[in-house]
Order: sequence, then C-alpha cells, then structure tokens
Amino acid sequence: MLTKRIIPCLDVKDGRTVKGVNFVNLRDAGDAVELGALYASQGADELVYLDIAATVEGRSTFIDLVRRVAHTINIPFTVGGGISSIADVSALLHAGADKVSINSSAVRNPDLINELALEFGSQCIVVAIDTRYVETSAGIFEHIVHTHGGRKPTELRTIPWAKEVEERGAGELLLTSMDTDGTKNGFALELTSTISANANIPVIASGGAGNMEHFYDVFTKGKADAGLAASIFHFREIDIPDLKQYLQNKALPMRMTK
Amino acid sequence: MKTVIIKYNAGNVQSVMYALDRIGVDYLYTDDEAEIRSADKVIFPGVGEASTTMTYLREKGLDKIIPSLKQPVLGTCVGMQLMCRFSEENNTTCMGIFDVDVKRFPATPGIKVPHMGWNNITNYQSKLTQDLIDNAYVYFVHSYAAPVCEYTVATCDYINPFSAMLHKDNFYAAQFHCEISGDVGQKILENFLKL
Repeated sequence: MLTKRIIPCLDVKDGRTVKGVNFVNLRDAGDAVELGALYASQGADELVYLDIAATVEGRSTFIDLVRRVAHTINIPFTVGGGISSIADVSALLHAGADKVSINSSAVRNPDLINELALEFGSQCIVVAIDTRYVETSAGIFEHIVHTHGGRKPTELRTIPWAKEVEERGAGELLLTSMDTDGTKNGFALELTSTISANANIPVIASGGAGNMEHFYDVFTKGKADAGLAASIFHFREIDIPDLKQYLQNKALPMRMTK
Repeated sequence: MKTVIIKYNAGNVQSVMYALDRIGVDYLYTDDEAEIRSADKVIFPGVGEASTTMTYLREKGLDKIIPSLKQPVLGTCVGMQLMCRFSEENNTTCMGIFDVDVKRFPATPGIKVPHMGWNNITNYQSKLTQDLIDNAYVYFVHSYAAPVCEYTVATCDYINPFSAMLHKDNFYAAQFHCEISGDVGQKILENFLKL
C-alpha cells in the first residue's frame, strides 16, 4: 500500500544547516549532509533542502552540497530556494537532486512551470505555495498566496492557484500555511484537505507540526500525502522512528525500516 | 567486472551513478556498441517519456542492440517500460523484450496518478530479490505500468496489481527506482551486480 511520507526539511546556508540542532550523536550538527544521512537512517521517507542564501557564492556552495547529499543518501530528496530558470534546475538535477521546488519564480512567471515540466518531466517539479488567510481589499477573508517567506501578499487566491500549477505540469504541491507555521498548534487541516481533494497530484503539508497527533490529523482530516517539518525534528521534540511507529499503530500506511 | 550504464536521453542517470559509487562499483556511461557488448553487466535506467526516449534509441541503433545483448541487463522505470512491447504513453512501439503492453493507470476517483512514493512489493521470484524482507518498500514515480504477466517476478498494488519487476532470460527490470529506494534498492542493485 502506498505509504504516507514523513519529510524533514533542512534550511541551508553556505552548506550548513541554519536552524540549530541538538543531535548529540552527530560529529557536526551543522553539517547538512550528515544530518540528512541521520534522518535517512532513521526512516525519513524523503528530505527537502532549502537554500536560503541568495548570493552567487552561496549558490555554488549549495550545488556542491547537493552533490554530496546525492552521493551519501539513498532516498529521494528535493531542493529549493532561489530557483528561477531551466539552467538552475538543470544544474541541480545534474548534481543529483531528484526533484526541485519552485515558489516565487512560479508566481512571477507561471509559464516557468510548463517549461520545466516539458524539459525535465512533471515528476521532478514541485511547486511550493506559501499561503496566508487575510482580509482582501474587498473586505472578505481569503486564502492568498504569499511570497518572500510569507511576508508579501500576491493577487493569487490559493485554491485556484493550486489547481493552476497542477494543470501547468507540477508533479507535487508543497503547501505551507503561514498562519500555522511556527505555532506548533497543528497543520492547516481544512485548507490542506480542500486542496488535496481537488488535486490529482500529491500534496505535502507544511507548517504547524507540534506533536505526533498533528501528523495523524493532517494525513486523515487533511488528506495530505506527506507531512513536512523542520525544528521539531532538529530539536528532537519528535523522533522519526517514534512518529512512524505511532502512525502505523493508528493504522496509517508507513514504511517501517527497522 | 565491467558495468555499463547506457547513455541516452533519459533524466536522472546521476542518481544511478551515485548508487553504484556507494556500492563501490566502477562503471562506464556510454552509448558505444562495442563498449556495451563487452560489458559484464548493463544497466538501462531512465526517467522520461516513452516516445521521445524510444525515438532516440532508434536513432542510435540502441533499440536493436539492447534486445540482442546476452549478459545480464537491468532496466529501471522507463527503461523497464521501453523493454516491453508497447506503451500507451503516446502510443509507442517499444523494444518487445517482454511480450506485454504498458498501460496508463485507470482514472479512479480519490486516487492520484502518478503513483508517487513508497509502496510495498510482494510475490518475489527473482534472484534480484534474494534476502529481502517480505513486503519491502521501494520508491515509485510513474503513471504507466505493465500488468501482471508471465514475466512478473514481483508485484505491487496501486489501483490494480501491476508488475513491479520483470524477468526473462538475461533481462531484468524494475518499475521502481532502485537507486533511491533506501537499503532495499541498494540490495537489489547488489544482487544484480552479483549475477
């Protein structure tokens, strides 16, 4: 049976993970390759590496990191951050990434999604959507797509945008609710459920995970195909083997590796 | 031992190379007939679309070379589909090593296509699955699949049961991505290289 996926996300700058981690058994907790390998050995189903450096030097360091990650780990991984052209994607896939995630560049130039899907195949094109529930100029509350780490609202409504990116050739959606992100109060279940039920491509839910039950909820009520989180894994508030065992005990299909 | 990865217009060959690096096997990435024929093992990987990859194989003569090989050949993902007779993906006539037609997953309410993620395989009957745990999980990304047939040596279930692995004579094939299927995928690759 196709399993639900657990995906740790690593923010990377100059080859190092940015958010602090407290894995005592790592030689170097900031080493993005070593941390990814640890998560893979613990049963993570995929990894996401986000490049938060915007400089040219940072970009080449990131490609070198992607190469080292691909050499080391034997599970799929997605890379994102600052990707805006076919050349960017080509360099990252050639370095060994399995998928790339685009966000602001897809909002700026939606045709990029079509171009990338045609060039590389939909299976490796993830479109990330950062969304926030806000009052529009019309005076009503709506889910609106945001860019720049969720700070800048766009004109796009989230639910139709999710459908549009699928129609343009995205192979997967990474949906981050800026309303729940960082709160540890749980994922945005209603929005995730609406988008997943409308989509014929997998939806990765992100933002708000604080405990194991939140993952159960996002896979059941939220109809998500995968759940992504960062700090709760980095700070070992939840260990991946415990989480997967918990979810399997609650009858969700999980890939158990131990 | 000489291992060749066949060079053609398929994506994500890099991951296969890295997987062989992890196992510690040297390989050559080539479309040269003499190099392919003199290899002990041939890997035919692939991420791509059936008709464009098949057109490229014909232009290079690889559509004739691959079916005539005598050493163990392993096709993965689209590589496996191109070893079948026909694919519904843009109605493509393929190499016909396995006498079976690749079909699109039927549209089914509430079930997403592509089949993307980790799924378990069952009913192993291959040397490549030796020493694997039952119901091992491997990583799939595909919208088309070969139905269960006389060459099926491992089955997966998504909407319908389909062929996760095929085997006939010296030809082996896997619909999933061995190279990113964790320790299970690595074991399958190692078993192939040990044949």
